[in-house]
Amino acid sequence: MRPINIFEQISNMNSKFHALLSPAPSKPANTSRLARLAQLPRVWLALAALLVFNIAFTDNFLTVQTFNVNLTQVATIVIVALGMTLVVATGGIDLSVGSLMAIAGTLAPLLFLGIGGPAGLLAAFVLPLLATTLCGCFNGWLVTRWRIQPIVATLVLYIAGRGIAQVMTNGQLQTFSNPGFQWIGTGRVLGVPVQVIIMLVLVALVAWVLRATLFGRYVLAVGGNERAAALAGVPARRVKLTVYALSGACAGLAGMIAIAINSSSDANLVGSGVELEAIAAVAVGGTLLTGGHASISGTLVGALFIQLMRYTLLAHGVTEASALVVKSAIIILAVYLQRRG
Amino acid sequence: MQAVREGSDYLLQMQGICKSFSGIPALSDASLRVKPAEVHALIGQNGAGKSTMIKILTGAYLRDSGDITFNGATANFTTPQRARAAGISTIYQEINLVPFRSIAENIFLGREPRRFGLIDWKRAQAEATRLLAGFGIEVDVRKPVMECSTATQQMVAMARAVSVDAKLLILDESTSSLDDREAERLFGVIRQLKAEGRSIIFVSHRLDELYAVCDHVTVMRDGRTVADSPMRDITKMDLITTMLGRALEKVILPAAQAHAEAPAEAGAAGAAAMAAPFLDIEGVSAPPKVRDATLSVRKGEKVGLAGLLGAGRTELMRAMFGADPSRRRAMRIDGVEVDLRSPLDAIRAGIAYLPEDRKAEGIIPGMSVRENLSLVLYPALSRRGVIDRKKQDEVVQRFIRRLGIKIAHPDQPIRELSGGNQQKVLLARWLCTNPKLLLLDEPTRGIDVGAKAEILGLINELAREGMSVLMTASELEELVAAADRVVVMSDGSTTHELAGGQISEAAIMTAMAHDPA
Repeated sequence: MRPINIFEQISNMNSKFHALLSPAPSKPANTSRLARLAQLPRVWLALAALLVFNIAFTDNFLTVQTFNVNLTQVATIVIVALGMTLVVATGGIDLSVGSLMAIAGTLAPLLFLGIGGPAGLLAAFVLPLLATTLCGCFNGWLVTRWRIQPIVATLVLYIAGRGIAQVMTNGQLQTFSNPGFQWIGTGRVLGVPVQVIIMLVLVALVAWVLRATLFGRYVLAVGGNERAAALAGVPARRVKLTVYALSGACAGLAGMIAIAINSSSDANLVGSGVELEAIAAVAVGGTLLTGGHASISGTLVGALFIQLMRYTLLAHGVTEASALVVKSAIIILAVYLQRRG
Repeated sequence: MQAVREGSDYLLQMQGICKSFSGIPALSDASLRVKPAEVHALIGQNGAGKSTMIKILTGAYLRDSGDITFNGATANFTTPQRARAAGISTIYQEINLVPFRSIAENIFLGREPRRFGLIDWKRAQAEATRLLAGFGIEVDVRKPVMECSTATQQMVAMARAVSVDAKLLILDESTSSLDDREAERLFGVIRQLKAEGRSIIFVSHRLDELYAVCDHVTVMRDGRTVADSPMRDITKMDLITTMLGRALEKVILPAAQAHAEAPAEAGAAGAAAMAAPFLDIEGVSAPPKVRDATLSVRKGEKVGLAGLLGAGRTELMRAMFGADPSRRRAMRIDGVEVDLRSPLDAIRAGIAYLPEDRKAEGIIPGMSVRENLSLVLYPALSRRGVIDRKKQDEVVQRFIRRLGIKIAHPDQPIRELSGGNQQKVLLARWLCTNPKLLLLDEPTRGIDVGAKAEILGLINELAREGMSVLMTASELEELVAAADRVVVMSDGSTTHELAGGQISEAAIMTAMAHDPA
């Protein structure tokens, strides 16, 4: 089977999504192609550079397998980062996403194992999502009703959420084999893993919402200047509550995908560290943590960049431990360059 | 203080300065020359280029071309720090102090006096007290800056400039938020700084003030320097003519004439409509600032709300708009009792509110002109949650034309616009919703004569078409020119009302000074 050219695939994705995901340009459209290339956000160029490096120096890079492995690993982070981007766009932050993944990832097996059959399966898809969305509403309630700073408000579930997940299972590991449920983690459609499709669909959907819907513009207005937005009739509190709920929903979905891939659910480990990965993807992608501006394409590319970097380091024999240090250094560099740009 | 190096009469020389944003030139061949120990006025319409000129001088922007000489040496300030280090300090309209920290801390921010490696607060506080005493101010320098009045904050900013031995101070619209007494105190400080050999660039829209304190004036228009003259050689009329490029009579008078004609018209055709109040409020109280306010606005009537700083005018408007919680005996719109609990309620009832502080409560800085303009209208512009771009573009274009907003294109970021143009966008934001009552809080603050006249003319037009207007203005001559009726507030309560022929600057000031009978 001919290894599919990664560059082709990426550049196809690029042109399809660039049009969909970039904000309306404020510069005239007839600049030279080289000039336009230079105007691309730095993180795209960084990703391209990393790809070129890998194509040149990494064995077996241009294979479907590599493509699938990387996209699979990054899918859950991107899904969480989508919700995170919305929250950050309003000037907030959501530290609870990892713990919410644990709640969803712990609840689902309890349902399809405990209830069993098609009813159990349905419950296992619906109830964990509902649960994490409600947790998101709780976060939003603390932020809007009690005016608690988002970092503190979401810290509550960051700490308590994992505890709740552990109480649900008595701290026990759950292992299972349920093809119906695990389809979202291990299934494929036309050779592409299901979670990758889910990821791409959600990316396109959220980007569209931010660009073309009333809600999306309200999110950016609230993040840009909440007082002005409120005086202009924007329902700021409702908008903020909604983004936290959406972030919870994203985390729930990601949690279910994560345990589906692993065929096991450990309340201690599911989603561990994901909140920081998601924030890193958002920051590297160019969305300002102060709010008012959001780049969904940036978040996607940011997550891809971080994932590819981890893969590159591993493929070249850098140990996991050192890889973490190198990764952090490169993230700092990436954010620094973004700000200078 | 060092004397200016020989071979140059000027402390500062800016020649041939050019700067463009997004292809639109903001400055073309602009110049500015300031002598040592001179108070130099810099005036011009909004959009004339004054702010851009100053930002280039202070290193906030980089010029496209032109030369700058400061203190005898060629200057190329690439960062604000470099300009400050060279001896140029700026006191902005939106004061750059750290609100939670004390006066002493702000004055010495970054340059705190040290003793054995630790900060010597005693010395900092003593020095800060001494500096402010030199300005004639006695205040506890340990107080957080945000608890001080705007006037005091300005003095703190100036004290900081003096403590770094600034040779050139730039005061950008410093008097906009001051009352007469505070402004006079500021002038005293300016004269003292001049006596110390420092120079001051004084940017202001209040032309009368310039004659009180300035030696020389530079007038800018459309990005160019059009006049450069000693203050005593140019009359106020000349200043206005040079700024606008056409005689003032043609600008202000039509607005005033229309105003003079309007009562006659309204009297004939709209007497009935004029009599019925559109908005009626009684006994509004919104602690801590508003105690007991009662007023009414009729259809097509322009009511001016006058009062000293702190009288509660802004707070009353916010309470009327539902932005702050309030209690009231009665509030009626078109004769019907209403209970407005939020801005959204007010908007649905047909009320619009243009806040005083456009930076903090008006513009969404990260968004374009188009987005800022359509913000309130968004729900009407969307179908099932999706925004109708065509409708939006149509509305935006229509109002950009109607209000004469000068922009490169609607997707330009709003923060690139001048203050006057930003204000027009904010006004358009409300006008496109077709409101019945406009609450305008200092609509012409920080805006030049030309744009002021345009906005006042527009308000007249809207009133003639039946819109009710309630506006505040610190410059009484505007209220006198624009209002059909003036309500005076004092200490949170509405105390006097002046109508028609009774309205004059003197009468308003007398009413403001007196307690209610």
